[in-house]
Amino acid sequence: MPDIYLDNNATTKVDLAVVDAMLPYFTEFFGNPSSIHRFADGVAKAIKKARSQVQELIGAEHDSEIIFTSCGTESDSTAILSAIKAQPNRKEIITTTVEHPAILNLVDNLEKEGYTIHRLPVDKCGRLNLEAYKNMLSDQVAIVSVMWANNETGTIFPVVEMAELASNAGVMFHTDAVQAVGKIPMMLQDTKIDMLSISGHKLHAPKGIGVLYLRRGTRYRPLLRGGHQERGRRAGTENTASIVGLGRACELAIEHMEYENTKVKAMRDRLEQGIIESIPHCFITGDLNNRLPNTTDIAFEYIEGEAILMLLNKAGIAASSGSACTSGSLEPSHVMRAMQIPYTAAHGTIRFSFSRFNTMSDVDEVLKVMPDIAANLRKLSPYWDGNGPVANPEEAFQPTYA
Amino acid sequence: MWDYSDKVKEHFFNPKNAGAVVNANAIGEVGSISCGDALRLTLKVNDATEVIEDAGFQTFGCGSAIASSSVLTEIIKGLTLDEALKVTNQDIAAELDGLPPEKMHCSVMGREALQAAVANYRGEEWKDDHEEGALICKCFAIDAVMIEEMVWANKLRTVEDVTNYTKAGGGCASCHEDIEAILEKVLKERGESFNPEAAPLEKPVVEKAEKKPLTNLQRIKKIEEVLNSLRPQLMADGGDVELVEVIDNIAYVNMTGACNGCQMAAMTISGIQQRLMEVLGEFIRVIPASQMPKLVTIQEGTHA
Repeated sequence: MPDIYLDNNATTKVDLAVVDAMLPYFTEFFGNPSSIHRFADGVAKAIKKARSQVQELIGAEHDSEIIFTSCGTESDSTAILSAIKAQPNRKEIITTTVEHPAILNLVDNLEKEGYTIHRLPVDKCGRLNLEAYKNMLSDQVAIVSVMWANNETGTIFPVVEMAELASNAGVMFHTDAVQAVGKIPMMLQDTKIDMLSISGHKLHAPKGIGVLYLRRGTRYRPLLRGGHQERGRRAGTENTASIVGLGRACELAIEHMEYENTKVKAMRDRLEQGIIESIPHCFITGDLNNRLPNTTDIAFEYIEGEAILMLLNKAGIAASSGSACTSGSLEPSHVMRAMQIPYTAAHGTIRFSFSRFNTMSDVDEVLKVMPDIAANLRKLSPYWDGNGPVANPEEAFQPTYA
Repeated sequence: MWDYSDKVKEHFFNPKNAGAVVNANAIGEVGSISCGDALRLTLKVNDATEVIEDAGFQTFGCGSAIASSSVLTEIIKGLTLDEALKVTNQDIAAELDGLPPEKMHCSVMGREALQAAVANYRGEEWKDDHEEGALICKCFAIDAVMIEEMVWANKLRTVEDVTNYTKAGGGCASCHEDIEAILEKVLKERGESFNPEAAPLEKPVVEKAEKKPLTNLQRIKKIEEVLNSLRPQLMADGGDVELVEVIDNIAYVNMTGACNGCQMAAMTISGIQQRLMEVLGEFIRVIPASQMPKLVTIQEGTHA
């Protein structure tokens, strides 16, 4: 059976070069970087090197703008909670309806505490309305937080432009860029982005390491106070091996940036095209002209995502779904709902996300099995009749408590 | 990924009776597309004997929804309508060697489709009697709608009340924040405010702890009383409990029906133990009878 991993937006395989870079920091150089003895010798230097490797990938002006954290979620929480603590008179936050739960659940909670949350809607292609955004900006807004690229559809938001608008209005701007960093080039020093979140495991570094980029001069309040680590901005003994690993992963990401945007993109495009051509009643979600090169999210109408995943898994293929059943909730993905994808399609969305470790033969394998999977599940579906959907599916089948 | 049993996988990968039955004379359609599952059950019922001669399903849903539908058709083929109506969602889940708590609603959907189909055959109208909300308590599979209704109906005020009335929050306790949020919401609508320090409602069937040590006979009687008071709750879930033996401060019980082999049996046993200690006012352990040491004879018992 093949072993095909197409769930790289969920997490990635740690590059062996990254593992090699990390190993000595578990064994030989295990010292605390704050210590003054030979076991710590070189550890602080290694962290400094990693900091500059991250700096280079995102085009930050200073290496001191890189703060190592434990994950993307910690970076997101630190950014937003810092902004509201530093500006106690500003009681509004602007974000979007399609953010990651790391942002959405945090602002939902702040709403309970009395903050006003503006959630920018998206259109059917997952795009934001910048006019509506401009009207939300005011001196009451503590921070804008908009993801750089959406994790489900790969749709890229115009964060550079939005940060400019925020800056003109005197409002801080944060972006959750965990899906974008390493996949698309960026030069933060030329933007007005104040804070940016990175997650190591999305770019072939290990889990449990993240970064908060904090533009020099941005008013800041730490989430974790304690020791002097990260210049007092994120206390807690450094996760040295993972920091070194993330640095190496950033270096590799720069080397593979072109490959990601040509070869990886070609695999994605071929998969997408092959599926659309061979399977009726499916469509690609998101903004097709403005997407991450590695991501495609395809809605298979009249069948359910978890069932598709189980059959893919049986065929040795790993992907993910926006269906309700995979998360144990009753609603399908909030991203699909925000784009007003009908329920009969939203529950059947499958995300295939590639990395540089995939090959064209992976694509062939998916194209070989996917038509049968869709056809077999449609045979079971009450919304499907022979060779096509029942006429007017939402009306033809009206179960008792729909 | 869900931890599905081999039975679930077997029925998902090779579903039985998929598709609509030709010349069906009983059709049940249930589910909710917004929740991502829907089921149409078609039956061929013998008009003279009311025996279900054939059954077919069409399901839009996840692995466990398809498996539940498949196993349901297998269970009911050959039964009379009255026999089929006795099939509970627990029976469906048990036939699949259990379902994860988040997926129990798939078995409920199966039972409901069956009821709807029988109603359709008999020319009655079937009405769904429950609404499903977001799952709050994963230990006992209690959803938000159920908790909200109980809070309204019984004027509950604290998390402890909610646990006493619905079991929600009585397991791992991770959902207490969500339960507090429901309490806050309902209490606000009722014009009160939620106070986490508030005393719970009258403790259900709490009796004053006896001061004198109990004789073994008194102890057994008390234990029986407590088990009787808990029985309706267990039976509502298709299970039961029986007292097998009491040796010193250890009560050996048999969990039967749906409780037998249920992942939650251990949690239920610790709940029973808690209640026994409250009522008896002394330490007591509840242990499944399967773990009871070989029965001691009376002589050995007294001379030991």
